[in-house]
Amino acid sequence: MKRLSAKFDHCRADDRAALVAFITGGDPTPADTGAILDALVEGGADIIELGMPFTDPMADGPSIQEANLRSLGSGTTTADLFAIARDFRARHPAVPLVLMGYANPMIRRGPGWFAEQCVEAGVDGVICVDIPTEEDEALGPSLRELGVATIRLATPTTDEARLPAVLEGASGFLYYVSVAGITGKQQAAQDSIEAAVTRLKAQTDLPVAVGFGVRTPEQAADIARVADGVVVGSAIVELVGEHGSNAPGPVRDYVRTLADAISTARTAKG
Amino acid sequence: MTDQIPPNSYRTLPDERGHFGEFGGRYVAETLMPLILDLDREYRAAKADPAFKAEFDDLLEHYVGRPSPLYYAERLTEEIRSRAPKGKGAQIWFKRDELNHTGAHKINNCIGQILLAKRMGKTRIIAETGAGQHGVATATVAARFGLPCVIYMGARDIERQQPNVFRMKLLGAEVVPVSSGAKTLKDAMNEGLRDWVANVHDTFYIIGTAAGPHPYPELVRDFQSVIGTEARAQMLARINRLPDLLVAAIGGGSNAIGLFHPFLDDPDVAMLGVEAAGEGLDKRHAASLAGGDPGVLHGNKTYLLQDEDGQIAEAHSISAGLDYPGIGPEHAWLKESGRVDYSSVTDTEALNAFQLLCRTEGIIPALEPSHAIAAVTKRAVEMDSDQIILANLCGRGDKDIFTVAEALGVEI
Ligand SMILES: Cc1ncc(COP(=O)(O)O)c(C=O)c1O
Repeated sequence: MKRLSAKFDHCRADDRAALVAFITGGDPTPADTGAILDALVEGGADIIELGMPFTDPMADGPSIQEANLRSLGSGTTTADLFAIARDFRARHPAVPLVLMGYANPMIRRGPGWFAEQCVEAGVDGVICVDIPTEEDEALGPSLRELGVATIRLATPTTDEARLPAVLEGASGFLYYVSVAGITGKQQAAQDSIEAAVTRLKAQTDLPVAVGFGVRTPEQAADIARVADGVVVGSAIVELVGEHGSNAPGPVRDYVRTLADAISTARTAKG
Repeated sequence: MTDQIPPNSYRTLPDERGHFGEFGGRYVAETLMPLILDLDREYRAAKADPAFKAEFDDLLEHYVGRPSPLYYAERLTEEIRSRAPKGKGAQIWFKRDELNHTGAHKINNCIGQILLAKRMGKTRIIAETGAGQHGVATATVAARFGLPCVIYMGARDIERQQPNVFRMKLLGAEVVPVSSGAKTLKDAMNEGLRDWVANVHDTFYIIGTAAGPHPYPELVRDFQSVIGTEARAQMLARINRLPDLLVAAIGGGSNAIGLFHPFLDDPDVAMLGVEAAGEGLDKRHAASLAGGDPGVLHGNKTYLLQDEDGQIAEAHSISAGLDYPGIGPEHAWLKESGRVDYSSVTDTEALNAFQLLCRTEGIIPALEPSHAIAAVTKRAVEMDSDQIILANLCGRGDKDIFTVAEALGVEI
C-alpha cells in the first residue's frame, strides 16, 4: 500500500501519469508469467495489475476471457499466483503490485486467509470486480486490517449520489472504468473521460487511474494529460496470446511505446 | 392466513440488502450496481401498485391459462401402492404447470419481468436459457409486448434443444450461441451479464430462475409463487386439507420456491427439493447443495460446484434445465435452516420416471420434473396411504423427446 502512494507521489513529482499494466497470471503458463512481468517493468510500467484467473470472468471481453482459459488450462492455482507475486516482490522491491480478479477465488478459503497471503507475498492492493461497496464486508475489512489497499471501481453509471458510498473504504487509487461494458476494444471519448475525472477528483484525494479500451500510445497520452494513471490490459494480454512463451520481447517493446507517450504527454501538448 | 406473518416466519427474507442469512446479496460489477438499485426501487413500487398486480393477474389468466389444474394422479398412485408394503403408498397429486402457455412454469416469471421492463421504459430484452424453456417464454412475452429480444444459449444446449431454438426464432428472437466454458447455462448467463453491462441504458435482463443479484431471487420467487398460492387454495377447496409433502425439481430453484414459499409457514407441510445427480454424486452431476460449497457467482452468494481454489466446476445433467453449478440463494438458506429437505436423482432414475408417467397417466413430462417424479416414487412407498404428496409438474416433455430417444437408443 505504501508502495502505491510512493509511486503516485513520484510520478506527480515528475509531472506524469503512472502507467498501470495488466496481465493475467499464469498465462500461458505459471512458469512464463515472471518473465512477462519483468518485461512490463523494463518497458516502463509503474504499477502491475496481476489478474487472478477465473472460470467465469463475466466482466471481461474475449481477449481476457481467453487468457483466463489459457491460464487455467495450464493448471494455474491460487498458490501459483501467490508464488508469482512473491517472486516478483523479491526481484522488484519497490514496484507496486495489485491483484485483480473475481470474488469467488478470493474468498474461497476465507477473506482473512486471502489477506494474509497478500501481505506475505508483498501484494499492495486488491481490485475485486464483483464485490461492490454494498458487499464490502465479504473481503474489504480483512484486507484493510492488514494494510492491503481495497481499490474500488467507478464507472460511467456511478452517479454523484452514489460516489461517496463507492469512495468509503476505498484506498490505493480509484480505478475509473471509462466505458459501460466489458474489457476489450471499445474506447470512451476523451471529453467524457476528462469530465469524469474532474467529477471524481472533486470528491476524492485518491489518485484516479483510467482504463478500459486503451490500446494506442496516443490514447494513453490523451488520458495521461487528465488522469493520475492509465491502465492498459487487453492489448498486452493479446500480445501474450499471440506470442506465448516468447511474449516478453514484444510486450516490453509495446509497453515502452506507451510509457514514452505518457512521459511526454503533459509537456508535449499541455 | 398466508398474509399474516407469524413471529418465527420463514417468509420474511430477504432483508433489504437482499441477504437470506449469509446467502444472496448483490455481487455485481459497479457498472451494474446503479441499475440493480433502480430495479429494486421499481420493483418495490410495482409491488405496491394495484394496477401492476391487476395486469399481471389478467395476463396470467387469459394469456398463460391460469390457474393451472391440480390433478390427482390415480393410476400412478396405484402403481406405487402395488410396489409398497400394505397400508403404504401416499396419494400423488400434481400441480399442472406444464399446461401453461409455452409448456412450463417459466412464463409466470417472464410476464412479471416484462411488465417491470415496460414500467422502467426499457426497449430491449435479453435472457439466458438452458433447456430453452425460459428462452421460449422470454421470446414469447417479448413478441407479445413488441420488444426486440436476444437470447444467449450455450452451444451445447443449442444442440440438444433444437425444437426450442426454432421456437425462439419463430417468435422473432435472436438466439446467440455461447461457445465459452462448458457451453451450457452458466456460460449463457455470463454472456447475458456481459451484454447487460454494455447496454445498461435501454436493456432489461429477464433472469430465468430465482438466482442472480438481489432483487432477482426475490422477484422471481414472488412471480412464481402463484404456483404455491393456487395449489394451496385448490387443495383446501378440493379435499379441505394441506398436503403432507411438497416435491419439486431444482435447477436454479424457481419452480420449487414458487411452490414452496406460500407453504413455508405451514408447519405440517414437509418439502423436498430435488437436484440433478447426473451420472451419480461421485461422478459428473449438477447437485450444488449435495456436492458444493458456499461461494459467489452470477451476483449472489450460494452453494456452488467448485474446486478448492474457487474455480467453478462444470455441471452435468441429462436435463439441460437442471445443468447449472449453482442454486438460488433462498434454497441455500432453507437448507441451512432445516425447513426444506434436499435430495438428488440420477439421469437414469429421471428417465425411468419420465416413462412411468407417460404410461400411467398419459402425460409426457419434461426431464426436469421427471427428477421430481422419481423422488416422489421413492418417498411415496414409505409414506402411509392416507398421506398426500403434491409435486410440481413444471414442464411438458415435447422439447425432450429427442434427448430421451437417444438415451433409450431409439432412432426417430
Ligand atoms: C420445465 C423446467 N423445469 C425446471 C427448470 C429448472 O429451473 P428452476 O429450478 O428455476 O425451476 C427448467 C429450466 O429450464 C425447466 O425448463
